[in-house]
Amino acid sequence: MTLSNGFIRRYGVIFGLAGIIIFFAIESPNYFFTPSNFILISKQSSINILLALGEMFVILTAGIDLSVGAIAGLVGAVAAGTIVATGNLFLGLIAGIGIGIAFGLINGVIVAFAKVPAFIATLATMSAITGITLIYTQGEPIWNLPSSFDFIGQGNLADIPFSIILMALAFVAAWIVLEKTKYGRHIYAVGGNIKASRAAGIKISAVLVSVYAISGLLSAIGGIVLASRLGTAEPTAGSGYELDAIAAVVLGGTSLFGGEGWVVGTIIGGYIIAVLNNGMTIMNISAYYQEVVKGLVILLAVMLTSFGKKYWNE
Amino acid sequence: MEILRVENIKKSFSGVSVLKNINLSIKSGELHAIVGENGAGKSTLMKIIAGELEPDSGKIYLNGKEVQFHSPLDAINSGIALIHQEFSLVPQLTVYENIFLGREISKSFLGIDFIDRKAMKKEAQNVLKTFGIENIPVNSKIKDLSVANKQLTEIAKALSTNSKILIMDEPTAALTLRETEKLFSILTNLKSNGVTIIFISHRLEEIFQIADSVTILRNGELIATKQINEVSMEEIVSMMIGKSMSNRFPPKPSKKIGDKFFEVRNISSDAFKGINFSLRRGEILGIAGLVGCGNTQVGESIYGLRKFDGEIYFEGKKINISKPTDAIENGIFLVPEDRHDLGLVLQLSVKENHSLPNLDLFSKLGFVSTSTEKKSVKDTIAYLNTKVSSINQIVENLSGGNQQKVVLGKWLVRSPKVLILDEPTRGIDVGAKFEIYKFIYEQSSKGVGIILISSELAEVLNLSDRILVMSEGRITGELDPQNATQEDILRLAVKGKES
Ligand SMILES: Nc1ncnc2c1ncn2[C@@H]1O[C@H](COP(=O)(O)OP(=O)(O)OP(=O)(O)O)[C@@H](O)[C@H]1O
Ligand SMILES: [Mg+2]
Repeated sequence: MTLSNGFIRRYGVIFGLAGIIIFFAIESPNYFFTPSNFILISKQSSINILLALGEMFVILTAGIDLSVGAIAGLVGAVAAGTIVATGNLFLGLIAGIGIGIAFGLINGVIVAFAKVPAFIATLATMSAITGITLIYTQGEPIWNLPSSFDFIGQGNLADIPFSIILMALAFVAAWIVLEKTKYGRHIYAVGGNIKASRAAGIKISAVLVSVYAISGLLSAIGGIVLASRLGTAEPTAGSGYELDAIAAVVLGGTSLFGGEGWVVGTIIGGYIIAVLNNGMTIMNISAYYQEVVKGLVILLAVMLTSFGKKYWNE
Repeated sequence: MEILRVENIKKSFSGVSVLKNINLSIKSGELHAIVGENGAGKSTLMKIIAGELEPDSGKIYLNGKEVQFHSPLDAINSGIALIHQEFSLVPQLTVYENIFLGREISKSFLGIDFIDRKAMKKEAQNVLKTFGIENIPVNSKIKDLSVANKQLTEIAKALSTNSKILIMDEPTAALTLRETEKLFSILTNLKSNGVTIIFISHRLEEIFQIADSVTILRNGELIATKQINEVSMEEIVSMMIGKSMSNRFPPKPSKKIGDKFFEVRNISSDAFKGINFSLRRGEILGIAGLVGCGNTQVGESIYGLRKFDGEIYFEGKKINISKPTDAIENGIFLVPEDRHDLGLVLQLSVKENHSLPNLDLFSKLGFVSTSTEKKSVKDTIAYLNTKVSSINQIVENLSGGNQQKVVLGKWLVRSPKVLILDEPTRGIDVGAKFEIYKFIYEQSSKGVGIILISSELAEVLNLSDRILVMSEGRITGELDPQNATQEDILRLAVKGKES
């Protein structure tokens, strides 16, 4: 069976998260290890996990999407701008989500048809989209959003923060698509061996274009939650999110070479990052050091996974 | 004089025992063949001898002294080289870079070692020339070579290390008769220079042609080691599969050959020119030829994997094939020659690979029905007798022959109209070959038109209803297998070559 290889890839990350939680629980039992703090962590991780789930689709096909943060930023601005201009919440949400999918499709078309390597293609669109956001907003934040908009990032549904519900829905949807559908199988196959997939009659370009569109959609939802949480659309709000998203996916055991990965792992990867941020803040570690520690933890986790994999394969 | 001995070697993978207490002795300067069914443990045993895998227990003696290899380099330094069944070449590098991989020639300039490409190219050319395979361009990238040339490069690479013991894991599986003959004369030469050769093959005629002794493995156990002149082919087969087998080919079915329903008109590409042929329902059309004659490319083109000019007619209509889906929609399928490149997604499971082109049959509204899928995989595995530990086993961990069965099995599920089989029995054991021949007959009796591209002349002659021979990208003749011989095929296969 895949026991050895899959086991380490799948469950190693769970032990990692458990280890980090235990560490902080010992260091800070009163603040860290409380139900309300876990809800807070979930809330904090929701945006990153939304983006990471989309990123995972792309990475499974052996691609990468560097534009997720930029799309989230633009979508927040467009949604907020539309709402302020028209006073219509739904129009704003539709505009935002439409823009997200549209830029995802553009990424997909560039990668699938113009055959530009995904790294370069999305690096270029990331830069362009960031510029478009600055032009659209004139570099100014968009204020005066209606309180109905606040609900998405700040409200509760039956005592559960709405952003956590969104994240959970996205997770379930991604899990079903990747594990249960024909389309999901095609994604893994294309990432594993593009030539053999083509020979098996899979429509490669359709798969490639669609994963970037999915990434655009989830970035858009993340961008709207972000703007709503902040209560304003900052032109640079999304910057840097792409790195956390990629880190969550890789921490979760998805192979950057494509074809291998587990949705649950991505969620756990997202939580590892959120728990680290939260725990270190509670322990009063300066933000500068936090970045260093985060970098080291990611490196360590990925090294352990690949080492473990090799060891178990022997 | 014994040069190598392994004692009580045991090996298991995730709890499944693959080698059970193997004791084997190899004499210096002999050519020792190892045979056994797919999954018998041949490759695993060779990898242990070559330091790529460590045994769970047991000892290896080289020239009477115990040795312990912890890496392939240890083995190479002790004079043992292994030529892999599955290629271990770097596809993006050139032929000469691969031959000298890890042993690059350098020249010193101002105290810095610079890579000396010129010397490497020249030396590589020499190596190829020594073995009479200088028609392989040293500057080509491996990924652009045919399977046979990849195999020859792999062999040249191992030969250039000047090893005392050379282990060859199915080196002839991808070669046609001509290259095989060439390889055998090289091996005879090496033997006269005192090199010991361990040779794995599923082509038993070859064993009788060149081996001095033979060891038979079955299910991880060593059944016997014999001098080649004290056993018969039948005895070897029955030791391999545990029962006797009187015929290598199943009886020809009485079938009706139907109407011409598939026609290729004047197709050309950079690999072939002006190819014309037609296929009838239920007909098995063999396309034979030497390595590089273009038959593989014709098959891949008809399946939509390569660009070509010309026309294809199917059931009376002209059809356009520019990608595999076009072919699949018409019921035209290909079992490709290179299973790792085109046939399999290695890191996925047996089940997932099996389902890849068949998900539409196993799913409703886009959701995969796991029960239909499982049943189909299990039926196919049982039908082809594929050895897997579970349907979730990763394909990369299967033995070579069992990987091939997964590739073949994929298309069993659908009802093909035209089946292009490019080396369908490459690396498959005698028992399983028989099953595959039966399958080919069954399909053709059902009216499927079969294009059989094969380098095994016996296979082409026995199975085909009609044989086309190609040379240098052109069809050089058509033969009736009833009254044609291997020599007839070879004569047409070299036509236009030696002028
Ligand atoms: N890394 C691995 N993990 C799990 N099982 C393995 C691994 N390598 C080999 N096996 C199993 O060990 C058995 C023996 O494999 P091996 O490759 O030695 O067979 P073989 O005799 O060379 O067969 P073939 O003629 O098909 O090449 C097979 O059942 C195979 O599935
Ligand atoms: Mg083998």
